[in-house]
Amino acid sequence: MRVKKNDLIAYVILIVMGVAMIYPLIWLFFATFKDNQELFGKMSLLPEKFSSIAYKNGWKGSGQFTYLTFYLNTFKLVVPTVLLTALSTGIVSYGFGRFKFPFKKTLFALMISTLMLPDAVIMIPRYVVFNKFGWIDTYLPFWAPAVLACYPFLIFMQIQFLRGIPRELDESAYMDGCNPFVVYIKILAPLLKPSVFSVIIFQTLWRWNDYFNNLVYISSVKNYTLSLALKMSIDSQGSSTPWNQVLAMSFVSLIPPILLYFFAQKYFVEGITAGGIKG
Amino acid sequence: MSPQATKNRPVPSVRKYPKNWRWGILFILPWLIGFCILQAYPLIMSLYYSFTDFSILSEGKWIGLDNYTRLFHKDKYFVKSLVLTFKYALLAVPMKLIMALIVAMILNMKLKCINLFRTVYYLPSIMGGSVAISILWRFMFMKEGMINNFLGVFRVPSVNWLGDPNIALVTICLLVIWQFGSSMVLFLAGLKNVPTELYEAAEVDGANKWTKFWSITLPMLTPIVFFNLIMQIIHALQEFTSAFIITSGGPNHGTYLIGVKIYEDAFQNLKMGYASASSWVLFVAILLITLLVFRSSSAWVFYNDGGMD
Repeated sequence: MRVKKNDLIAYVILIVMGVAMIYPLIWLFFATFKDNQELFGKMSLLPEKFSSIAYKNGWKGSGQFTYLTFYLNTFKLVVPTVLLTALSTGIVSYGFGRFKFPFKKTLFALMISTLMLPDAVIMIPRYVVFNKFGWIDTYLPFWAPAVLACYPFLIFMQIQFLRGIPRELDESAYMDGCNPFVVYIKILAPLLKPSVFSVIIFQTLWRWNDYFNNLVYISSVKNYTLSLALKMSIDSQGSSTPWNQVLAMSFVSLIPPILLYFFAQKYFVEGITAGGIKG
Repeated sequence: MSPQATKNRPVPSVRKYPKNWRWGILFILPWLIGFCILQAYPLIMSLYYSFTDFSILSEGKWIGLDNYTRLFHKDKYFVKSLVLTFKYALLAVPMKLIMALIVAMILNMKLKCINLFRTVYYLPSIMGGSVAISILWRFMFMKEGMINNFLGVFRVPSVNWLGDPNIALVTICLLVIWQFGSSMVLFLAGLKNVPTELYEAAEVDGANKWTKFWSITLPMLTPIVFFNLIMQIIHALQEFTSAFIITSGGPNHGTYLIGVKIYEDAFQNLKMGYASASSWVLFVAILLITLLVFRSSSAWVFYNDGGMD
């Protein structure tokens, strides 16, 4: 086996950079087994002895509510939001991608331009409206935008996928007397599986990692999600923050996204490239 | 399918509005409703609030341009935080894209284990925006934290990553640059789409590596750079979590990004009319910058297919 000199240089760069990039995460993993004194001022990556005490104590959370509550709350927020988003953005992208109707160009342009709409601008009036509905401190402010397909990037991405499926398929189904809805369910939906998976994955990560919306809409500790609970854990302790517990719980909160990533990697790549390149 | 059948079939896309156009409206209806009540209405209302002294506790009364004049003339922090936000975007976005491009170019050299490297480089992108990673950042960059310990090994004096206002902004930029993986995946896909004939033709003409990069690779990638640039700028100008968790906008308002200021004004000080005015300034800034990038695109973005359909 012959390795070219250029390739060798490339490998060295890639490996050094790769290690540098992933080191914080590996360090985090081992730090969760250290005790609080060992975290400061020591260089070694591995803990002197592996102790699970940080997990045990960290999991207790606020005392009144454990991380089990925060975990379940996060799922209660994320899972319905993701499923509703997949349904709504799927059908909307079908409408934009396959039909002609009056003002379609204008509506499409409006939809795309909402990509530029900062959350900060619509947040205050949304808060006021949801407050009137009595939705504050519930997960309805997260589910409602999902039902109503307020995620332009995900709609756009699915339109790009849809463009890759030949129209002849729809048309032959129309010949057989199917209506447009049946065509979508029977013909297109099975072919669009990768695009639906991409939507599910992106939305899961976004909602899981989201902090800003959680902060605004959720007020009582019993409804706290993981991001709010983590922030609380660094605030409440003052100067004597038990960092090993905070880091252990941070790591615990990262496990679902990491698992999702490793099991569904190819859909990430497909989703990003569909949304970003074609068209 | 016979060609005969194709000919006689009513093709929906040919007529102006085929008879099934109502289905199209029906399908986009969820978005249309969502757009009206969750995007357009709030947008208009926040413009209205920005001319009032509205807070959640009291009905606002009309005060005209007062909020805006206060922002630009009396508020010590508004212009400062606007400038900081631009600085942040100007530092983070180009660095992130350059990193992404360089690594994508290396990964495109047809090496082994590409998938492994891609996996590693993409990993930070899937969790970088989370509170957990911001906490990790805050801990790693502490004065006696892991980064300074590491630098100490090479006899580099420890850096005040979070305590010095100017450096703190860089620390926050580093977090977003660390997440260059998603842009990298886009570039990588773009590089795979560059037709090899172009390179072969260039080699016949005796082009060297640099000429090939500057006159083939880079022009072919410009549409992706363009898309990335716009999305990343929009994102960066709204950054909130990292500045709020890692430094709480400090030290000495050194990372007081506009997103943090709007949140504090609206939801901590309950000055919602005032915060709406700041958010509109941000919105207009985003529109102007996007427009500027779009305008400039005809000069540097190269579309191989002669434009979009």
